[in-house]
Amino acid sequence: MNQIALNIKEALPDAVESYFEAFGELTVVIARNKIFEVCRYVHDEPELDFDFITDICSVDYPNESPRFEMIYQFYSIKLNHRIRLKARVPEEDCVIDSVVAIWQGANFMEREVYDMMGIRFNNHPDLRRILMSDDYEEGYPLRKDFPVEGRGWRDQFETLETE
Amino acid sequence: MSDFQEKAGAYDHYGEDELESGIATEGTQKRVEDLLLNMGPQHPSTHGVLRIVLELEGETVVSATPYLGYLHRGVEKLAENSTYNQIIPLTDRLDYTSSMTNNYAFVRAVEKLLQIEIPERAEYVRTIVAEMQRLAGHLFWLGTQALDIGAMTVFFYTFREREVLLDLFELLCGARLTMSYYRVGGVDRDLTQEIIDKLYAFLETFPEKIDEYNTLLETNRIWIGRTRDVAVISAEDAINFGLSGPTLRGSGVNYDIRKAEPYGAYDKVEWEVPLGKNCDTYDRYWIRVEEMRQSAKIIKQCLDQLPEGRIITDLPQIAYPPRDKIQTEMESLIHHFMIATDGFDVPEGEIYCGTESPKGELGFYIKSQGGNRPYRLRIRPPSFIHMGAFEHMAKGYMISDIVTIFGTYDVVMGECDR
Repeated sequence: MNQIALNIKEALPDAVESYFEAFGELTVVIARNKIFEVCRYVHDEPELDFDFITDICSVDYPNESPRFEMIYQFYSIKLNHRIRLKARVPEEDCVIDSVVAIWQGANFMEREVYDMMGIRFNNHPDLRRILMSDDYEEGYPLRKDFPVEGRGWRDQFETLETE
Repeated sequence: MSDFQEKAGAYDHYGEDELESGIATEGTQKRVEDLLLNMGPQHPSTHGVLRIVLELEGETVVSATPYLGYLHRGVEKLAENSTYNQIIPLTDRLDYTSSMTNNYAFVRAVEKLLQIEIPERAEYVRTIVAEMQRLAGHLFWLGTQALDIGAMTVFFYTFREREVLLDLFELLCGARLTMSYYRVGGVDRDLTQEIIDKLYAFLETFPEKIDEYNTLLETNRIWIGRTRDVAVISAEDAINFGLSGPTLRGSGVNYDIRKAEPYGAYDKVEWEVPLGKNCDTYDRYWIRVEEMRQSAKIIKQCLDQLPEGRIITDLPQIAYPPRDKIQTEMESLIHHFMIATDGFDVPEGEIYCGTESPKGELGFYIKSQGGNRPYRLRIRPPSFIHMGAFEHMAKGYMISDIVTIFGTYDVVMGECDR
């Protein structure tokens, strides 16, 4: 399985930051500005042939820098193997390249990442909120600093306020 | 000329050709205007709440933009603040027509992270129940899809059999819709002899029942007319969009997780993956019907092979103690209380685990930093990803086909919006 990682590293040496295998799954950490090139490579290279997009999601680590982590899961129908690509995105410059040009299915998944975590995508054809309403202005729900309790009618009573 | 006449002139039925040939003069030609039509959020065929903005040219769809999120309940956020056992009932409410397979997908993901072995009997019981759920899910799809496009009778027949299955679920776990039957490490209750007998009796007659549905649909001119060559998507596009399940196999792509990465007892029984040729809704209907036959075959073989043994792992930190002990022994009661309130610790790590649900690949990505709650839980919902291909598939069809295209994915909005 590490052969996949070695292939990527050989073709794009400065893109791969590290790779490891855990729970029988291969994870390759990619530099943020190389994500499109790597995706194009794993999609087109016949030995890897990751034609099926499984998922795109993101994780928030508020105490780390760079803060966000993009996670891409791909699968090859012909060769029956999986890969997970990761790239870190900093909070100050919360942008990463879109992969919609390679997998059209990435369109909705990237819109959801934008909606839920506030990461923006370069060259995305239609970057709008998807699950929350268009005029939702209270932030990004899946960020760890998003309040878990809402504000309700109770908040108007000063006596109930806690510090 | 009065105002009225002037306006009427603008709607005269003359086009460019008449203008050129001199029949009509400038200002009297036909005015063409695209119509924006808002379908939903409340529409009987959307099986939940979904809004589609249709741009129409006459009755032809120029573009169809889905607006999702009306059923968004923040399951992923809720899961970050719940113990692993507390998440099982949340997964019931994703695709509420097949809650058993949702439970299955989730507990498999947690087990992969825990790296625990499941007793053999539990694997068989899980496979049997998951396939029963697939039958119920496909019966639900067949009934409602036929109802949506004008064949009402099928609904009554498919729901007759679905009722039998739901009664069996009720015998098994006490619930009919939101089951929460699977547990990390096994299942909640064992199959009783009564359930096994009733299931055998059901399987005896079920293939004839499928033939019965087919007599209503297979040669039905309306059904054929409204499903053949509707919602066509090529194999390459289907893969590119990430479609899965019967929607992908309808385009002839052989991808079924039960075969590709076998789990449960699927590699111990004989069955086949039906594949379509014409990439249209009729092929997907045929695939779902064939899958029902295959599911019946799987259940029958599993029942025949059903081994004796435990139905849940004997690891005390994960499994609840048996019910009769909880009611008689103090230690077991405390033990039960601790698992119910504190849950169990899961090692650090991250995994992705996909399971074949009736709709497609239902995957769970779990990032754990240790402790009894996931740091991040991501659900890969097949319905959501199928809706991503909706615009591509709806272009160029008639407005009445929208209902067929929507139904062809077997979409359930609870799963789509989470």
